[in-house]
Amino acid sequence: MKTYAKFGVLVAVILGVLAWLTLGGISESKTYFKTISELNQMGDQAHTQRLKVDGYVVPGSIVRNGAEVSFIMHQDPAKRDQDATQLRVVYRGIDPLPDTFKDDAQTIADGKLGADGVFQASKIQAKCASKYEAKPVPKTDATRAGV
Amino acid sequence: MENVGALSILLAFCLAVYAVIGSIAGKLKKSPFLVVSAERAVYSVWILLTAASALLIYSLLAGDFRLGYVAAHTDQSMPAIYKFTAWWGGQEGSLLLWAWLLSTYSAVVVFTNRRKFRDMMPWVTAVLMTTETFFLILIAFVLTPFGILEAGRGNIVEGMGRGLNPLLQYWTMVIHPPMLYLGYVGFTVPFAFAMGSLITKQPGEAWIHTTRRWTIITWLFQSTGILLGQGWAYAVLGWGGYWAWDPVENASLLPWITATAFLHSVMMQEKKGMMKVWNMVLISATFFLCIFGTFLTRSGVVSSVHAFAQSPIGKYFVFFLAIGIAATIYLILDRLQYLKTEARLESVVSRESSFMFNNLILLASCFAVLWGTLFPVISEAVTGEKISVDAPFFNRINVPIGLALMLLTGVGPLIAWRRSSIESLRRAFFWPSIAAVALMIALAAGGAYVHPYALASFGLCMFVAATIFSEFWKGATAIRAKSGIGLIPAAVELTHRNTRRYGGYLVHMGIVFMFIGYTGAAFNKDVTKEVTPGGSFPLGHYTLRVTNMLQGENDNYTWQKLTIDGMRGSQSIGTMEPERRFYKSSQQPTSEVAIRRRLNEDLYLNFAGLSADNQRAVVQAYVFPLVSWIWIGFWVLAMGTLVCLVPSKVRLSYARTQVIGVAQKDAKVAK
Repeated sequence: MKTYAKFGVLVAVILGVLAWLTLGGISESKTYFKTISELNQMGDQAHTQRLKVDGYVVPGSIVRNGAEVSFIMHQDPAKRDQDATQLRVVYRGIDPLPDTFKDDAQTIADGKLGADGVFQASKIQAKCASKYEAKPVPKTDATRAGV
Repeated sequence: MENVGALSILLAFCLAVYAVIGSIAGKLKKSPFLVVSAERAVYSVWILLTAASALLIYSLLAGDFRLGYVAAHTDQSMPAIYKFTAWWGGQEGSLLLWAWLLSTYSAVVVFTNRRKFRDMMPWVTAVLMTTETFFLILIAFVLTPFGILEAGRGNIVEGMGRGLNPLLQYWTMVIHPPMLYLGYVGFTVPFAFAMGSLITKQPGEAWIHTTRRWTIITWLFQSTGILLGQGWAYAVLGWGGYWAWDPVENASLLPWITATAFLHSVMMQEKKGMMKVWNMVLISATFFLCIFGTFLTRSGVVSSVHAFAQSPIGKYFVFFLAIGIAATIYLILDRLQYLKTEARLESVVSRESSFMFNNLILLASCFAVLWGTLFPVISEAVTGEKISVDAPFFNRINVPIGLALMLLTGVGPLIAWRRSSIESLRRAFFWPSIAAVALMIALAAGGAYVHPYALASFGLCMFVAATIFSEFWKGATAIRAKSGIGLIPAAVELTHRNTRRYGGYLVHMGIVFMFIGYTGAAFNKDVTKEVTPGGSFPLGHYTLRVTNMLQGENDNYTWQKLTIDGMRGSQSIGTMEPERRFYKSSQQPTSEVAIRRRLNEDLYLNFAGLSADNQRAVVQAYVFPLVSWIWIGFWVLAMGTLVCLVPSKVRLSYARTQVIGVAQKDAKVAK
């Protein structure tokens, strides 16, 4: 039985270390998912927590200025540019923006809300590299022009 | 035509249901005719699904844009190869591929075992066909690949289709999904055998022996799929990453981890008759994680960069998983007395114990990844707030786990079964330890001490490589001394005598190379610059000079290209041409990065776009040390896996020794 006791102690030590790493890892990298309207209702809390905000890029709002990229996100994909629920986002990360990041793209900005109400993103994700999503896109002349 | 396709799927569904009922009824009623008819039904399912797939492929190639699926995933200007790959480019088609692969596997299993395991096979068939039925329900009734667009009815051809995202028009992406599917689907077979063995209360390890090759091949497919995904992300996405702990990536990793654990722990069962319950749990976990991964990718439960759209199939998966897991747990608990271990753990310092720790750590990693992936779902259920964790969380846990595994990779294979003396440990590990410590001291002196994990990783890689080398060296010199052949032929002969063992070492070596590549990431360098033609900038020991900016246009896209002359020190390394494209039909910009691949480091240039005033080009330049070793490691791993599949020359080298394993039940009673 002594072998099993030794074995048990080792297992407990390994699991203990991993549990400790897990808990530390969670508190270090936890991020709250919010929509823009939820963000607006959060009050002061919004400035202290790390957040992920989901929305759509307002067409024509992407501006590149040096290493900094700013754009406006809105919440409702059906409304495009008349959507009142908007959020200004500034991105200053190191990684290049994904190629899928463009007008109307569904985007997740990851970062913190600045005191001025502008969202400071450290990471931008844009759906979706795989074109699995078959959302009905209105046919425009541009879509046909490629043929 | 679409009617024929839809009808084939419907018929396949009926036959799959029949195969389940027929084989169970035939087994219970002891009617061999029913059992055989069920097996015939399996072949028919394969024929019908092959027909359905052929019809879908034909529609894709011919550009039948009346079909919603064809219109959504192809366009007329696409090369034929991408029209073909649109088979799995979307939800419906990929489910059809899943079903078709499973039916292919099932047909092969039924055919190769048509005279074997008559007792167990009806249940194996039933399990396979139950899974098949589940997928056929999805494509026959929920997401049919042969749906016709409203506008397409009455042959009004609408549009030319939306095409495939140009980012995916890349060779590795052509085979990445089917490789993963081959892996995902393949684990159904060992699972089915495990269940068949449980249901019929088979005493031995027949199911493990029969499915050993399946498991290894499937594991290789899965590894290939994952690596292709990494290779694609590295070469296409423009930031040089190959792993981001995205939920979909995690979904492919989870069953790979449990499968790896399974491949190791079956050796315990074969050799010592231990861990029988555990192996049942592992193979079931692997199978259900494969289904779960498919579910995670498609249901939109967790948000991901590459998830399929939200779709109604989530609840079907939950239902299938719940029933399946409940049934499996019940079966295992009910049959526990048939899974009794035949040997006990004798020492903490033994091969057995190293296998157990290997399993424990792999499972811990699997659990941590699963937990992190589902964290948003769990936290929303518990606290009402959706909280996610990302890369730092996963790295924090999995880096130490990876290092511990690397240590075991070196230690495990050299420790004796049952127990090991200090003296034998010293003999086996003295030189590898010296080599590892020497390397670490040299690297630390060179400045690597700022990355302790990286330092530890390189040390462990050295340690494992040295143990593997010593194993080959010892064996090959012994053969050389006996037969007088050269060292290399002796090493080949050695491998051939026990392919499983030495193939396994090669796989380990591949993992070592991959770890070297992953560790290199600690020393990445990058710089982002806005430059005009004529301008230059430094990066590490490189100097990069932009000489020209070109642009042009063809049918498919418009492009802009930079020509950049690289200097390393004072030596020219040639011209690199990162490019940006704008695809007309999909209105999608892409970047074609320029990579100078070398064994020591890659120089990676991305043309990120133009500055706000359109005057200057934004260039992102990276140096990725050692990254090529990931891909080299993969090839070594693949080769090692193939070696494992070659039959050993000395047949009994891995059979269970009667002395150790008390195989006979009577012996146990006598004790």
